[in-house]
Amino acid sequence: MKNTTLPQLYQEMRRVRTFEERVGELFVRGQSAGSMLHLSIGEESAAVGVCARMRDGDTFTTHHRGHGIFLARGADPDRMMAEIAGKDTGYCHGKGGSMHIADMGLGHLGANAIVGGGIPAVVGAGLSARHQKSGAVSVAFFGDGATGQGILYESMNMAALWKLPVMFVCINNQYGMGTRIDQATANPDLHERAAAFGLAARTVDGLEVEDVVEAATDLMEQARGGTPAFLAIDCYRFYGHARKDKSPYREELEEEEGRKKDPVLQAREKLLTTGLMDTAELDALDDEIAREMDAAIDFAIAGEEPQMQSMFRDVYAPTEPEPEPVRTRLDRILAQG
Amino acid sequence: MTQSNERKLTIARSMAEALAQEMRRDEKVFVMGEDLAALGGVYGNTRGLADEFGTDRIRDTPISETAFIGAAVGAAMDGMRPVVELMFVDFFGVCFDAIYNLMAKNIYFSGGSVKVPMVLMTSTGGGYSDAGQHSQCVYGTFAHLPGMKVVAPSNAYDAKGLMTAAIRDDSPVVYMYHKGLQGMGWLGTEEGAIVHTPEEDYTVPIGKAAIARKGTDVTIVSLGIGVHHALRAAETLAEGGVEAEVVDLRSLVPLDRDTIRESVAKTGRLIVVDEDYSSYGVAAEVIATVVENEITNLKAPPKRVAYPDVPIPFARVMEQFCLPNAQKIVAAYKELQTA
Repeated sequence: MKNTTLPQLYQEMRRVRTFEERVGELFVRGQSAGSMLHLSIGEESAAVGVCARMRDGDTFTTHHRGHGIFLARGADPDRMMAEIAGKDTGYCHGKGGSMHIADMGLGHLGANAIVGGGIPAVVGAGLSARHQKSGAVSVAFFGDGATGQGILYESMNMAALWKLPVMFVCINNQYGMGTRIDQATANPDLHERAAAFGLAARTVDGLEVEDVVEAATDLMEQARGGTPAFLAIDCYRFYGHARKDKSPYREELEEEEGRKKDPVLQAREKLLTTGLMDTAELDALDDEIAREMDAAIDFAIAGEEPQMQSMFRDVYAPTEPEPEPVRTRLDRILAQG
Repeated sequence: MTQSNERKLTIARSMAEALAQEMRRDEKVFVMGEDLAALGGVYGNTRGLADEFGTDRIRDTPISETAFIGAAVGAAMDGMRPVVELMFVDFFGVCFDAIYNLMAKNIYFSGGSVKVPMVLMTSTGGGYSDAGQHSQCVYGTFAHLPGMKVVAPSNAYDAKGLMTAAIRDDSPVVYMYHKGLQGMGWLGTEEGAIVHTPEEDYTVPIGKAAIARKGTDVTIVSLGIGVHHALRAAETLAEGGVEAEVVDLRSLVPLDRDTIRESVAKTGRLIVVDEDYSSYGVAAEVIATVVENEITNLKAPPKRVAYPDVPIPFARVMEQFCLPNAQKIVAAYKELQTA
């Protein structure tokens, strides 16, 4: 388990914030493979606060806005940025991209671009953890939009029925694409739904990362003991749904207000007022992180494009012979040079 | 002629035997789905297994197909080897996201760094007036989409060997068994599916077709119950001196195109028998496999004997009219002759 002092939490949140800013930059520079890049700026306390309580061997799935979560679980920003750039040097050699990064070495069962789509996998990973007596917890990260999907309720019921070491983390950034939660959800107290299924359930304000850590500590302990848990974390999505979205569906005034709820600045202020760090130390840390993420951009841009032949690999597990149509197509492409 | 050393099993029993042997061999194998433990599966393929393995490893689930198929994906990625059952393939409508967006794509998305060793077994086929949400085959729907292997046995020997191979495979395998071949009395009994099945474990390779009957005059390609229609048609044709070769595909993905092409190169005539809807399906793929490759060795245009493009009707007379059978195959051969 990671140390969870405020300076460390701040550092991790700043890394997420800066990484996401650099992803936006990658897009502006025309170096991202896709334009559908979903930034988690404003939600850093959710990723960092929950991941602070995860251990080696724990598994997780994320939604389409999952860069920060993977980073907070220990991902290499170079390989993440390269994947977002669609390069062979990325985590998935360019086949997954921003919305489908997976890496079993870090327990990442996969980001998923279908709203709610990754949730049931943690039920199975929880079953697996119990069967293999690994002591692991499996955590599903998703947005408030996924509370509109039936699969969340199927999964919570099964997790509770079978008393699995599973935790559901709803990052409530108030928007499902362009639709505000109050336009989509009859009862905005999301944890009440989970409680109805017998889960240990809470909602926490994401402004203070330490509050998130505290809630995650309690709930993950319960999950590890076989009482599945649900944590809703209230925050605000600072920017549009995806990098291109200019948020025409909400007022600028609302955005200004929303962005005041900034967990990174909040932690920074607290570090200053409590005297844990001074401005010079914080600036030096921020600069160091900026250099780390600049290097990730450089790594991504310098990476090789994937070889065309590799497109036909990995349709099935790597040890398996490929099915004939793939070979036929591959031969054709190679013959064309 | 039954030899004394023959050990004839139904497909239901051979599937259960394969599951049991693999569960004994590998602690990581478990089975999950609706009504598998106490009931033993609607089609008998898990009968008796809960007694030996307990209800943790033969696990009954809520009626939540997306959740338990999606859960199997997570368990498989985390090192287990789950077998899940979608009770009727027709129910794919509620859970195709877990099947196609999760199960079938995660190996590829990860760039090959993860494995998804799981089996999705599911019942197919009609003929017993259960109407259009309990009687489809939808082979083409599954075989069309990359990332899943697809098998469909026609007899107990293949059923056991394909199940064993599927469980040991590191990729997701969709195992489509036909209700009419299970050997459950209430669905009628297809004697041809009840064949000698060795007691020891063995695999039937995924992606290899079998020649169910050798012949020289026409190739009849089919799968599942269609193989038995084809064999009966071949007997009728043989009475008129026509020797039909029957190819049992056994696997749809990967498709054994070589065996299909070699047979048609020999016979020059092709009929495909498919209980799935006629258009955009397995029959079309088999025909394309032949004509894309070589057209000069065909003596007549290929034929499909497949389900008409209508939702499966309830009324007995209507459903029976739609289903492929031996008479239709013989009629198709006669049309080939006049073509």
